[in-house]
Amino acid sequence: MSKTIAEINEKIKRGKAVVVNAEEVIDIAGQKGVSKAAEEIDVVTTGTFGPMCSSGAFLNIGHSKPRIKLGGGKVYLNDVPVYTGLAAVDIFLGVTAIPEDDPRNKFYPGEFNYGGGHVIEELVAGKDIRLVATAYGTDCYPRKKLETLINIRDINEAVLFNIRNAYQNYNVAVNLSDRTLYTYMGVLKPNLGNANYSTAGQLSPLLNDPYYKTIGIGTKIFLGGGIGYVAWQGTQHNPDVLRGDNGVPRRPAGTLAVIGNLKQMKPEWLRGTSMLGYGCTITVGIGVPIPILSEEILRYTAVKDADILAPIVDYSQVYPQRKPDILGEVSYARLKSGRIEAQGKEVPTASLSSYPRAVEIANTLKIWIQKGEFLLTEPVAPLPGVESGITFKNLEERPIEGR
Amino acid sequence: MAISRRIVLHFPGRLVEQPIICRLARDFNLEFNILKAAVTPNEEGLLVLELNGEQKDYDRGIQYLTETGIRIQSLSQNVIRNEERCTHCGACITICPMGAFIIEPSTRLVDFSDAKCIVCGLCLKACPLRAMEVRF
Repeated sequence: MSKTIAEINEKIKRGKAVVVNAEEVIDIAGQKGVSKAAEEIDVVTTGTFGPMCSSGAFLNIGHSKPRIKLGGGKVYLNDVPVYTGLAAVDIFLGVTAIPEDDPRNKFYPGEFNYGGGHVIEELVAGKDIRLVATAYGTDCYPRKKLETLINIRDINEAVLFNIRNAYQNYNVAVNLSDRTLYTYMGVLKPNLGNANYSTAGQLSPLLNDPYYKTIGIGTKIFLGGGIGYVAWQGTQHNPDVLRGDNGVPRRPAGTLAVIGNLKQMKPEWLRGTSMLGYGCTITVGIGVPIPILSEEILRYTAVKDADILAPIVDYSQVYPQRKPDILGEVSYARLKSGRIEAQGKEVPTASLSSYPRAVEIANTLKIWIQKGEFLLTEPVAPLPGVESGITFKNLEERPIEGR
Repeated sequence: MAISRRIVLHFPGRLVEQPIICRLARDFNLEFNILKAAVTPNEEGLLVLELNGEQKDYDRGIQYLTETGIRIQSLSQNVIRNEERCTHCGACITICPMGAFIIEPSTRLVDFSDAKCIVCGLCLKACPLRAMEVRF
């Protein structure tokens, strides 16, 4: 049995494509067998909705009269600083940026109630955003100050460009110390008081295509409630990690860089997010369709939580000090049961990524495809795989003196 | 006049080991019933008490507690969930000392039980979406 993306697209156009989500395919494969299921199913949809810090938006705000060169100047959107090292009126708004007068962790743990991710959510919601800028002035761009409201409707471009999203598997965070930790994995209670994880498991895009056989550069996806594309492998893409017999990575592995027009996205799927004592970020909704080109691909999409293992990592010493040790491995089925065992202790679990919303994303994508509104794309190049020779590099510091 | 009140006491770490509640009974003739006791992630002590006694004793008892540095919260406040902001991620599940958040196993939606909530407020800042709010 083999199908091509072109053949599947023909079926989508005729409204005949059989589309199921990555949860439903588990039962179908179990009942009918992989071979029969692969014949019947054309597309499996995946989804994930979790905090993803390496996200941001490029904006071209249009030229004022007289003109101002924001490039090299200072620009704030709702008091959040943006990056201006680009041409005159292009700026980059990163989701972890916070206002200069935010107390940060001076009053520990800092609250981080408003940052770049919140600005993106408000921008997408169609709210006016306060822009305050100062520049040095040139002959062609004489203006030195600008204060105005901007709105996503009126600016030229608003492009979401997230350089690392949709991590293929991730750490389960615990705390072995005797004090509470405030981390990007949430509040970690002392002495193994809780264990936090952040993935949609069996619904997560890259866990359903462990060797990147269908997801590649140019793959059209659900991004932030609209349409987006895989632009590149994400930063820290690390395919050559320990994997199970089913091919699924047992450590954080592949990542995606994704891009899309912010103007057609929805605030429900791009949520400003605050990690107590850590910082601001954004919760991003991503859904990737997987074309069932062969039995092998279907077998990958039928992976279930019980067969996906994640490492348990201590965030008091091991993570901050970059030590390699893990406390063990645990399946997402165990994590979702609400309790895991670590060092002989029963530890309650919590998720930072929303499984019900991941289901909603996978189902939304399913409906788009069933209605013939969303066609699949052929990747223009593959993501680097296990054989690519990519290794994950740490920063080894070197002294600067004498240079 | 005899009264009965429910209050939430927030103990700073330095007071956790002092016999404060014992003094309420001994010096202010107040009967107490401990409804809930916990040490929160901020290493703060949290105690939900029902106090029974004469109004004047109750007032003196509360004054004593306030002077020790304990923050007193009456149960007239309410924590509500902003349904529009909640994404049902479940980050609150292990934060709540009362187990007021429960995951519905089939849908994995997070159910918030008002009845179990003691308005300690721990979920307010621990919620990454800031979906939990205090109403007075």
